[in-house]
Amino acid sequence: MATATETTRHKRIGPAHTAKDIAVITKRNLLRNIRLPQLLIFATVQPVMFLLLFTYVFGGAIGGAIPPIAQGEYINWLLPGLLIQVAAFGAGQTALGLTEDLSKGVIDRFRSLPMARSAVLAGRTVSDLIRNGFVIGLMVVMGFLMGFRYQTNFVAFLGGLLVAMVFSFSLSWVMATIGLAVKNPEAAQSAVFFPVFPLVFASSVFVPTQTMPDWLRGFAENQPITVTVNALRGLMLGQESLADFQPGMSGTQLAQAVAEAPSVAGQVLMSLFWSVAIIVIFVPLAIRVYRKTVS
Amino acid sequence: MNSPIVRVANVVKTFGDTVRALDDVSLEFEPGIVYGLLGPNGAGKTTLIRVLTTLLRADSGYAEVAGVDVRNDPVAARTHIGLAGQFAAVDDYLTGRENVEMVGRLYNLSAAESRRRADDLLQRIHLDDAADRTVRTYSGGMRRRLDLAASLVGRPQVLFLDEPTTGIDPQSRLDLWELIRELIAAGTTVLLTTQYLDEADQLANRIAVIDRGKLIAEGTGDELKARLGGSVIELHVADDDRGRALEALAAVSSEATFEASHASIRLPAADGSQTLLAVVRRLDETGIAAQDIALHKPTLDDVFLTLTGRGAAEAEAERASPRKAKRGRRQEGSAA
Ligand SMILES: Nc1ncnc2c1ncn2[C@@H]1O[C@H](COP(=O)(O)OP(=O)(O)O)[C@@H](O)[C@H]1O
Ligand SMILES: [Mg+2]
Repeated sequence: MATATETTRHKRIGPAHTAKDIAVITKRNLLRNIRLPQLLIFATVQPVMFLLLFTYVFGGAIGGAIPPIAQGEYINWLLPGLLIQVAAFGAGQTALGLTEDLSKGVIDRFRSLPMARSAVLAGRTVSDLIRNGFVIGLMVVMGFLMGFRYQTNFVAFLGGLLVAMVFSFSLSWVMATIGLAVKNPEAAQSAVFFPVFPLVFASSVFVPTQTMPDWLRGFAENQPITVTVNALRGLMLGQESLADFQPGMSGTQLAQAVAEAPSVAGQVLMSLFWSVAIIVIFVPLAIRVYRKTVS
Repeated sequence: MNSPIVRVANVVKTFGDTVRALDDVSLEFEPGIVYGLLGPNGAGKTTLIRVLTTLLRADSGYAEVAGVDVRNDPVAARTHIGLAGQFAAVDDYLTGRENVEMVGRLYNLSAAESRRRADDLLQRIHLDDAADRTVRTYSGGMRRRLDLAASLVGRPQVLFLDEPTTGIDPQSRLDLWELIRELIAAGTTVLLTTQYLDEADQLANRIAVIDRGKLIAEGTGDELKARLGGSVIELHVADDDRGRALEALAAVSSEATFEASHASIRLPAADGSQTLLAVVRRLDETGIAAQDIALHKPTLDDVFLTLTGRGAAEAEAERASPRKAKRGRRQEGSAA
């Protein structure tokens, strides 16, 4: 006798309703960025400073050590790396935004409403994705003004930006989990930097991994940030060595190609694999921590 | 009588091994009334609200709102309730209107309907002039009013107000009372918590007194005050005179007692100012000089003294926890 809501046991929220709730929360989070433009400005100033400093201060010294695909221009090589740095640090905002909501009782209000619970987290990660996309866009414009030129074609270049966004989105879920676990905004600040800092610097973001000591190299070359940066460089600057990837490969051949990475397709697949794996693990984990945190 | 709209039966909620925030609480009330839950800091008021609004699961017992078991079917329960928590949960960087509209959308109203409801509510809470300003420019009282509007946008059957006037200035407090009265005149059932007897008395049709997670009294404001014998006389005398004063005052009221937490002698003023005169006369006859003497309306403190034999401040101190202290809430002074 499921006629009125009162008699329907376990009222559920459907996908359309959930999508609407995610959109409402996303809009709310984005409005904050518009009303408080300092947030975006600070988020942009830091990576732009990195771009300027590294290009003009270290560019001359590092320039000789970079692979030939950069055409001798350090900025060509640096920009794809910095885009991933932006993606990684930008994802940290997810933890900060969530902890701030938690500390202000806003989450209590949301939880007392007949809305999809997952919308609080999904709305946060989606709005951070849009926000990070905006910062990445600004970085690209800045890069072009400073002389960056992609060496492939426009579609591959856009593909690179897309890979960066997917990666940023996956990291947002890691950060959401961290934020919900530490709960308070101040603690979230350091809890976010703790994993991101070593990952960004022990990577190919600024310098080629070949110059690192062996023990570090093993880590640096296989961690997701390097993998994703290399995928971006492949898509934006082109193939470093001969491709060992051909269309129509069998599954095992493909796996081998992926494992022996330097092909562009291999790097891209590897990066997407990381992103998907992170999402598969951390979305349910974040939702679980959310449920526990707030009851 | 109508069937109850809120039903709580034998609810227990513990935190850790030692804190019994709710200790076998049972209450129920019918639709259309304002039910007041009165108690000092740490008594368990917020915990009960959180259980009823599906934010917290009770360890045991049963809770029902608008015919829905809140534990079994929280999503359905949420469609019937509105919550204005202890701290205004409004978004600083949204305008007042955007805040209310957003909550409307999350109650699953259409965009147009949310907008209409927001316009209407903002007018009713007298915020229409400030509706398009961001909330960070609002005063504490305005934020509370906005929070109230947001909690009403879904036309809830039961509205939960957790200490709606704690921490705001006296004028805003009166405005807010007025507003709550207007809103409830429209027929919404309200469960309201407060630390102020006068607030419960002003707004609530029925009052339950909660202490250490237990309901210790229930009734109308008049019934509760009748148990106190109306107003109270409080006087201070020199320590040396205390014994003699108590002896002398026994002739006026058998309930004259020394209340250590206030260092004062208290007795019910059954006949108001007549009793006060009698007290003054007795003291005069026995040659005791009162340092200070006052007749005041009963406060939560008096309710507590009568019901538990200890003051509300003591009750609060017993439960004081670092968590509470950090939020910097003040405790109640004397009667407003
Ligand atoms: N999340 C929590 N963890 C531990 N103790 C809590 C928690 N919430 C409330 N308490 C404790 O439960 C008791 C009742 O708290 P609460 O319901 O907030 O009281 P009130 O709202 O009447 O001031 C207090 O002793 C408080 O410290
Ligand atoms: Mg409380």
